Amino acid sequence: MQVPAPFTYAKATSVEHALSLLAEHGEEARVIAGGHSLLPMMKIRLAKPDALIDINGLAELGTIRIDGDALSVGALVRHADVLASPVIGEHFPILHDAEHVIADPIVRNWGTVGGSLCQADPAEDLPAALVALNASGVIRGAEGSRTVPIREFHVGPYETVVGPAEILTEVRVPIRPGGSSAYEKVERKAGDWAVVAAGAAVWLSGGTIADVGIGVTAAGAEHYGVPAAEEFLRGQAPTEESIAEAARIVGAGVNPAADQRGPEDYKRHLAQELTARALRRAIARAQGGEV
Amino acid sequence: MQITVGVNGESYTRDVEDRLLLVHFLRDTLGLTGTHWGCDTSNCGVCTVQVDGKPVKSCTMLAVMADGREVKTVEGLETAAGLDPVQQGFMACHGLQCGFCTPGMMLTARALLDRNPNPTEQEIRVAISGNLCRCTGYENIVQSVRWAAEHPASAEASEGVSA
Repeated sequence: MQVPAPFTYAKATSVEHALSLLAEHGEEARVIAGGHSLLPMMKIRLAKPDALIDINGLAELGTIRIDGDALSVGALVRHADVLASPVIGEHFPILHDAEHVIADPIVRNWGTVGGSLCQADPAEDLPAALVALNASGVIRGAEGSRTVPIREFHVGPYETVVGPAEILTEVRVPIRPGGSSAYEKVERKAGDWAVVAAGAAVWLSGGTIADVGIGVTAAGAEHYGVPAAEEFLRGQAPTEESIAEAARIVGAGVNPAADQRGPEDYKRHLAQELTARALRRAIARAQGGEV
Repeated sequence: MQITVGVNGESYTRDVEDRLLLVHFLRDTLGLTGTHWGCDTSNCGVCTVQVDGKPVKSCTMLAVMADGREVKTVEGLETAAGLDPVQQGFMACHGLQCGFCTPGMMLTARALLDRNPNPTEQEIRVAISGNLCRCTGYENIVQSVRWAAEHPASAEASEGVSA
């Protein structure tokens, strides 16, 4: 039987309450929402928090809404809610592509957007998708809120910029016209972690790529990104040649580790190929073609 | 911590250790052993129950997290009108072999049909993709769920089964 080590459990009734509970229980306290990454890690002692602060009751963190020129997704929004949201599908098909292949439908009922980001698993899908979209995270602490680009949110495997007495409350994705996006993942079996996955968002203007975002997961890319490929693509025509060159830069720019999901060269190849596929599909969608 | 959990329409108040998993609360504390306990890693889905109507792998939820919520297990599928159509379907279409995955499969199927009363074969396959059947009896499981969709009322369902 796998059982977590003992801990103290407290149920938060508001964000302020959660923050005060985190402060009270100190650095070894952890926030729990879906718990679908944290509890399995606690069972095998990869995580051993002294206290769990349950934020499942904080309905204020569970909304999806358009706020000005951005999509706002509460940290407690479940993966299943993202998948069921027509607003998200309309503006950011990459998020629906990604959510379709995150774990399985039962896990998606409980796992949360904020949990995916804060867990910071190097093979997590949402960080790569949100890097491509240039999203930001809103982090609240006792002193107030700060907004951090997702590109600066993760500082290493299982490490984020969220402090011990802070909570990620919201993800904000800028809505910009003229663009679309896509996500491509290779997994060993339905619901598995990515062998490698790549996401792309493109904005077209006058026959060229005005802006582009590329995110890669499970490939050892720093901050889930390869900015050099984006820099190359800006101003290029959206052709097979420019896609191939950007994908080549991604393949050369990642730093995958060999493990039971595959050797290093295979993952490098996947990073390149999946980047090309994601770019191709995002461009086709932006041009009003393939959905 | 003292928790009060609704299980299959009845309210249970118990003092539990904070780290007790929901699957063990159901099986060991309440004696409801219909919910099975499998991989312990939220992969296999045999421990699937519904919490507030949504399927969850109960090895990956703490019992204290179910405090104030309503849980449905396989023991709660049958009503006064008889077996749930999903249960009838599993009987009619030979939807189980060893039976280990069956309770989880049925709770997932019930939630699917509540949301989508007439799912396609593909929708059923996606819905049960988090429930593993190591007998690999998926074909009959999918047919069982389709049978339940085609026989939505328990009473009607009973006529279709000559057990």
